[in-house]
Amino acid sequence: MKPLNVMKLVIESRSVNESFARVAVSAFAAQQDPTIEEISDIKTAVSEAVTNCIVHAYPDRVGLIYITTSLYENGLVRIKVQDKGCGILDVKQAMEPLFTTLGGERSGLGFAVMESFMDKVKVRSRVMKGTIVILDKYITGRANGND
Amino acid sequence: MPVEIQSTPLAMTAYLSGEIDHHQAPAIRLKIDDAVQRQKPPLLKLDFGNVEFMDSSGIGLVMGRYRLVKSYGGGMEVVNLPVQIYKVMKLSGIEKLATIKLREEAKK
Repeated sequence: MKPLNVMKLVIESRSVNESFARVAVSAFAAQQDPTIEEISDIKTAVSEAVTNCIVHAYPDRVGLIYITTSLYENGLVRIKVQDKGCGILDVKQAMEPLFTTLGGERSGLGFAVMESFMDKVKVRSRVMKGTIVILDKYITGRANGND
Repeated sequence: MPVEIQSTPLAMTAYLSGEIDHHQAPAIRLKIDDAVQRQKPPLLKLDFGNVEFMDSSGIGLVMGRYRLVKSYGGGMEVVNLPVQIYKVMKLSGIEKLATIKLREEAKK
């Protein structure tokens, strides 16, 4: 399936970029005519994925985060968030609600939020190579009488 | 600063606003904790009425404040939640610990 339109974004893993990343992706995804709720869901999931890169993938340095957003004819918005950071040893465990490798006030709910707000979440990771998170959301949109 | 704090002898209310994410949460946390530790209010209300965005960093913020208030026997309420933020908050199970109230227009 070939996307209708693609947007690529590369940002440094600085926390100040979290809001830029989620706003940029959701502004691009607006072409699919989503409802306000669908846009909020996308913003929230992207925020979680990008925060993971900043907090976990590059814990002690600034690295690059590669975000690709693809729009498809059937309403699909596919967002790929990739880093070249430390990778995840056990992806299954990392995705369990409340699991976190860091203490402090990390809730351990980042992947739970992504899974609950998106239709599909896929994670591929290799230790010392990096992680790719793919977030899929099917926009039913305002054209279908929602919102 | 995306938080304003008002106090009465019985309750302290923290009015949060703007976007609560991993970037913004630490400043909000410091300001609330500073006030709470000085006054130890019997009830801490977190008012989300003017919050435009929140991700799971906000859950960490709420859970952390719950633990702080609980440590001296106080209570906590989370009020005025917009629908989208309620959706995030619900995933944490916080409603088993503290009172959660939706924003008026969000109840429709």
